Amino acid sequence: MQTVDLSAEDVRALNGRLHALPADTNERAWRVVNPRGAHAVAVGLTQPLDIVVEGHVGYYCAGMNEAASVVVRGHCGWGVAENMMSGTVRVTGNASQSAGASGHGGLLVIEGDAGHRCGISMKGIDIVVGGSIGAFSAFMAQAGNLVVCGDAGENLGDSLYEADIYVRGAVTSLGADCVEKEMTVADREKVAALLARAGIAADAAGFRRYGSARQLYNFHVDHADSY
Amino acid sequence: MTIDPRNARPSAAFPPNVIAEIQRAADQGIYEIRGLGTKRRLPSFDDLLLLGASISRYPLEGYREKCDTDVVLGTRFAAKPLELKIPVTIAGMSFGSLSAAAKESIGRACTAVGTSSTTGDGGMTEEERRASKLLVYQVLPSRYGLNPRDLRRADAIEVVIGQGAKPGGGGMLLGQKISPRVAKMRTLPEGIDQRSACRHPDWTGPDDLTIKIQELREITDWQKPIYVKVGASRPFFDTQLAVKAGADVIVVDGMQGGTGATQDVFIEHVGIPTLPALRQAVDALVDLDMHRKVQLIISGGIRSGADVAKALAMGADAVSIGSAALMALGCNRPVHVADYEALGTAPGHCHHCHTGRCPVGVTTQDPVLEKRLDPEQGARWLRNYLSVMTLEAQTIARACGKTHVLNLEPEDLVATTIEAAAMAGVPLAGTNWVPGRDLR
Repeated sequence: MQTVDLSAEDVRALNGRLHALPADTNERAWRVVNPRGAHAVAVGLTQPLDIVVEGHVGYYCAGMNEAASVVVRGHCGWGVAENMMSGTVRVTGNASQSAGASGHGGLLVIEGDAGHRCGISMKGIDIVVGGSIGAFSAFMAQAGNLVVCGDAGENLGDSLYEADIYVRGAVTSLGADCVEKEMTVADREKVAALLARAGIAADAAGFRRYGSARQLYNFHVDHADSY
Repeated sequence: MTIDPRNARPSAAFPPNVIAEIQRAADQGIYEIRGLGTKRRLPSFDDLLLLGASISRYPLEGYREKCDTDVVLGTRFAAKPLELKIPVTIAGMSFGSLSAAAKESIGRACTAVGTSSTTGDGGMTEEERRASKLLVYQVLPSRYGLNPRDLRRADAIEVVIGQGAKPGGGGMLLGQKISPRVAKMRTLPEGIDQRSACRHPDWTGPDDLTIKIQELREITDWQKPIYVKVGASRPFFDTQLAVKAGADVIVVDGMQGGTGATQDVFIEHVGIPTLPALRQAVDALVDLDMHRKVQLIISGGIRSGADVAKALAMGADAVSIGSAALMALGCNRPVHVADYEALGTAPGHCHHCHTGRCPVGVTTQDPVLEKRLDPEQGARWLRNYLSVMTLEAQTIARACGKTHVLNLEPEDLVATTIEAAAMAGVPLAGTNWVPGRDLR
């Protein structure tokens, strides 16, 4: 295992070393210590590396991740795993705003809580949150699944497209064009599978499903009060 | 029965076109959505003139004495700045809004003349990457199609904050243009009226932008120039904030800039014209001692080599064109007239990009219409046009005694109206008066 100490090297050195690895590298296991809230830690990875970050990170940790597994043993700033394409990102603590924003694929697990706009603009990513999420989460979410074991804040799923949202706790309010939908057997199986992949113990039967009413997909003057 | 002229006096507040729009709104219950840019008369480069050589200035011999046109963009932090042969680039226009043939035509033309083209909302297509030697990849609020591999195979990255046609507004692509391929690229259902976000999903404000730019630099290993594009509303502050955030290049898009589909009320009533936007952006760079260190691209209503020369003289490093490039490809060309009529318009007046029924195959996803634009022919047209613009700019620069078009300077300019003099910060012709100079 390679260890990079961010109290001795900077983020540029870390990312440069990770990006320079050849496709057939054997140096797949990396440990990053003393991140001290640094931004852009382990961003733009495109190989199946295993990265463990020991401590808190700033903005955009594991941004645009593709194929790699990144574990943050601590809390994250804004935009963890933003625009993730594939792979897995796990946060053992809490995540700030816009976790998993515009993610196209892969699995983001937040064992604690996530702030506002969790899953904003998501495009196929799966997000599992062990705790609660803030307001305007899944805003304009297009595809993928957001599973929340705790509560959801105001305006959940505002202007939603085709993403599915599953919440076990209370939902403060739903955003424009977001409605509660029937929780089918297939939904329960999907949630159970996502919880299992996330390693979070929760009963899928206790979740409720929210999705798009598809009433705002085309402009119409009679929807003016929703715009 | 004859009309008594006393009873046919037109109203200034309610002329026939205003009445017609009120009744259209009443009939249809939706604001007017259209393409291209503002149609109102605004102070523009037409209101500026260049001062040719005289006793105190030597001109250069046309066609014999060299007047260079090359420009390098992104010299501040990027390891690989863009080296352009001409100071005219092509603005971001999406596949979706434009046909694949139009995107390919643009890429081929830019490669031939040695300049860059730009992706748009929806991501990068293989056709445009193949056709374009220098391709700028936009990072937009929607993040449609954004991925790290395309980020790395781009030649520069443009973080889009806004667009001159609609500063503060997001993109719009109506259902008739959401073809299966467009829908797949954008991860959207086919046929919906797609609204792109107007704000980035993972940052707000200049301090966050600094960190976002840092992330993009880290992902691309500090190789690619990073542009920041703003729609002109507060260009002085936006330029300074973008410089502070770490941009290599600032792109300022004035309100004459075009769009594929936006509310008419937005196009006509939000933002400021290109002329004052350029001057304020230059002022901002000079104020920071960053003029020519951070490059400035101006866009919005650039049509000719004269516009290019005037923009460079005011302090831009390059210009960007969108609508004019589409016109070179055939937009509003008087062919297929019946198809214009079917849209309720005529060649020379069409702004129906939003319908997807472009009679000349430029702004459509319809496979039959798209075939009307041959990428090879389109590339030839645009290549010719870009070359003509460059030759025109060189002609003016030589007349002003410049061995490089970037040597044009504000002292080479005068204005023909008080408004243009105030906005451009150059004297009213025949005077030493720069209105408002002491108020800036």
